[in-house]
Amino acid sequence: MQTFMLILAVGALILIGFQVGHRRSVAIVGGKASQLHSLPGYHGFYIALWCAIPALMVMAAWLVMEPILLDSAVMASLPAEFTASKTDAQLSLILNDIRNIAAGNIASERSEVTVLAAQRYAEWKQTSLIARVIVVLAVAAAAIVYARRRIHPGLRARNAVENVIKTLMILCSLIAILTTVGIVLSLLFESGRFFEKVPFTDFLFGIEWSPQTALRKDQVGSSGAFGAIPLFGGTFLISFIALCVAVPIGLMTAIYMAEYASRKIRSAVKPVVEILAGVPTVVYGFFAALTVAPLFRDTGAVFGIGISSESALAAGVVMGIMIIPFVSSLSDDVINAVPQSMRDGSYGLGATRSETIRKVVLPAALPGIVGGVLLAASRAIGETMIVVMAAGLAANLTANPFEAVSTVTVQVVTLLVGDQEFDSAKTLAAFALGLVLFCITLLLNVIALHVVRKYREQYE
Amino acid sequence: MSTEQRPVPTPTIGIPLMTDGTPKVAARNVNVYYGDKHAIRDVSMDISQREVTAFIGPSGCGKSTFLRCLNRMNDTIDICRIDGRIAIDDQDIYDRKMDVVQLRALVGMVFQKPNPFPKSIFENIAYGPRIHGLVDHKSDLDQLVQSSLERAGLWKEVKDRLDQPGTGLSGGQQQRLCIARAIAVQPEIILMDEPCSALDPIATSIVEDLIDELRASYTIVIVTHSMSQAARVSQKTAFFHLGDLVEFDETEKLFTNPQEQRTQDYVTGRFG
Ligand SMILES: Nc1ncnc2c1ncn2[C@@H]1O[C@H](COP(=O)(O)OP(=O)(O)OP(=O)(O)O)[C@@H](O)[C@H]1O
Ligand SMILES: [Mg+2]
Repeated sequence: MQTFMLILAVGALILIGFQVGHRRSVAIVGGKASQLHSLPGYHGFYIALWCAIPALMVMAAWLVMEPILLDSAVMASLPAEFTASKTDAQLSLILNDIRNIAAGNIASERSEVTVLAAQRYAEWKQTSLIARVIVVLAVAAAAIVYARRRIHPGLRARNAVENVIKTLMILCSLIAILTTVGIVLSLLFESGRFFEKVPFTDFLFGIEWSPQTALRKDQVGSSGAFGAIPLFGGTFLISFIALCVAVPIGLMTAIYMAEYASRKIRSAVKPVVEILAGVPTVVYGFFAALTVAPLFRDTGAVFGIGISSESALAAGVVMGIMIIPFVSSLSDDVINAVPQSMRDGSYGLGATRSETIRKVVLPAALPGIVGGVLLAASRAIGETMIVVMAAGLAANLTANPFEAVSTVTVQVVTLLVGDQEFDSAKTLAAFALGLVLFCITLLLNVIALHVVRKYREQYE
Repeated sequence: MSTEQRPVPTPTIGIPLMTDGTPKVAARNVNVYYGDKHAIRDVSMDISQREVTAFIGPSGCGKSTFLRCLNRMNDTIDICRIDGRIAIDDQDIYDRKMDVVQLRALVGMVFQKPNPFPKSIFENIAYGPRIHGLVDHKSDLDQLVQSSLERAGLWKEVKDRLDQPGTGLSGGQQQRLCIARAIAVQPEIILMDEPCSALDPIATSIVEDLIDELRASYTIVIVTHSMSQAARVSQKTAFFHLGDLVEFDETEKLFTNPQEQRTQDYVTGRFG
């Protein structure tokens, strides 16, 4: 709360700084703004930035450092005989109690020592707060005064503001990049720990997956086998079924929309198809589990085919429907990108519309279409919700779409749902699965983007 | 000179209709509309066999539109509507019984920007003969590809690289490839819409020479913005203005002694 008020106060100072810069710059050239290197507004921004950046940085640093310093100070102030015999875990419990007492919450244990310490803690915290307000506002005000003195007609405030904005953007993109790097590193690191327990080759080439490790030595049937082949088999089987559904339907839709549909139909149909992409996957999931799977099972029963109620077929078909828009809208784009002159050339030679599409438009658009399909495939491989609901948990190694299979994503979910000890092979296996999955989709994406880009260049 | 469209189309000056012999193409009272826009107004003209006819006129006057009527390329534009009669060899091409595919094989077209297909040079030429089933054997096809490229004056330059993409040729070569592609389906009429506007002077003069040679076997209609090109390659010239066919005459006469003020202004470069 106090922090929020402080930010508001700094904000007010920033606004004042803007006004100061604006006025000062106009005043300095006697009202003839044209003599300034930069517009008065840039001078305003210049001071505002000078005010904002140091003040906010001081505030952020304070917020990070304060609890650390406070904690260590309080712990140091405890009587030595009180802390001497305690383990680290006990000490951190005591610290927690002190904090709770200071905040007026219920603590697990109140003793003379902790109550006194809590009083000190609250006092110091109060002092720190006041000091923080004073320091931050002082920094902001000082910055305004300092920056105001720097203003002169030749000041390149415009360029300075430009640089700050550029830096800001770089920082933002850095955050995105660093997060990605962090995720990959943690995947690598945790997978490394997994592979210490389970040999790499067993994981990658093993054909049995049953991650339940024994809690007691004498338990049976819980050997803990981490062969990922059945999972990847299931993932690829379902993705393959999905692509078998999505590619023909998506491609036909795209061709219809790009080549046959009148503008009116196109403007009506395209958004509707794209809505498919906006349906939450969880909705697809229960659609698959509650509607499609029973339907397939019953239909199968009529023909005497045993279709499991968690068949790969149901999950794959629904997933296929989900990725139709990926295929169709990307293919639609690339088909539209084929220059009209190409079609004219073909019509001019007497080709019919379907000949033109088959022999000129599609070959020209093929690389782009392949790219779209690859993107859709990587989407299918990483898809989770549908398979969690509609595919099974049993990791069967089979190519029969009527049987239940499990996928990598399903297993990652089941491995991590619920309370976990964080260093069992079972939990760490999720990271290894995640890593391999990540590598596969990354590879697909890179290839797809490369293909699409190649294709773009061709017509530029 | 006004750029306002006149309320009623003006009658064409010169000799738009042939007085002797039979025309290859006969257009009578052709009107073209793009939605509400009246792009071609009551145009009648005869185009005679084995001659080059040039269409000239300021931008937007309807040259391309009229040209595209001759092989019904305007059919591919939804909002385009045509009335009047256009006959090739005395057969109405807008007749319900007319096979558009056959018509376009009979009336080849070359576009402003060279537009080879992203296929090999050989496949570019073979495309038309293949879809029309013109050849029975691979050797016939090879022969046809070679003769088409020879007629388009491109054979010597590409005979060693037939399997390379047509898009890899220079602009002038690409345009000749497109001409060869049109020739390969054995048309009788070739329509060219500003075929040289994307080419440099040397490539242009090669294509112009080619047009002059092709005149012996084909009826050629060419749209051009270059007065000198029209004068060089054509025997007859049609001057369009704001959808009207203003004047149609022997090229020489139209350029040296135009009858209409608007034609005179245009050919002397005072306008356009
Ligand atoms: N597809 C179309 N839709 C709507 N109007 C069109 C279309 N094509 C041409 N027009 C209109 O018809 C008129 C004639 O166009 P056209 O392309 O035939 O002119 P042009 O004489 O070939 O011009 P340029 O020399 O610039 O090529 C123009 O006013 C143009 O705006
Ligand atoms: Mg034109």
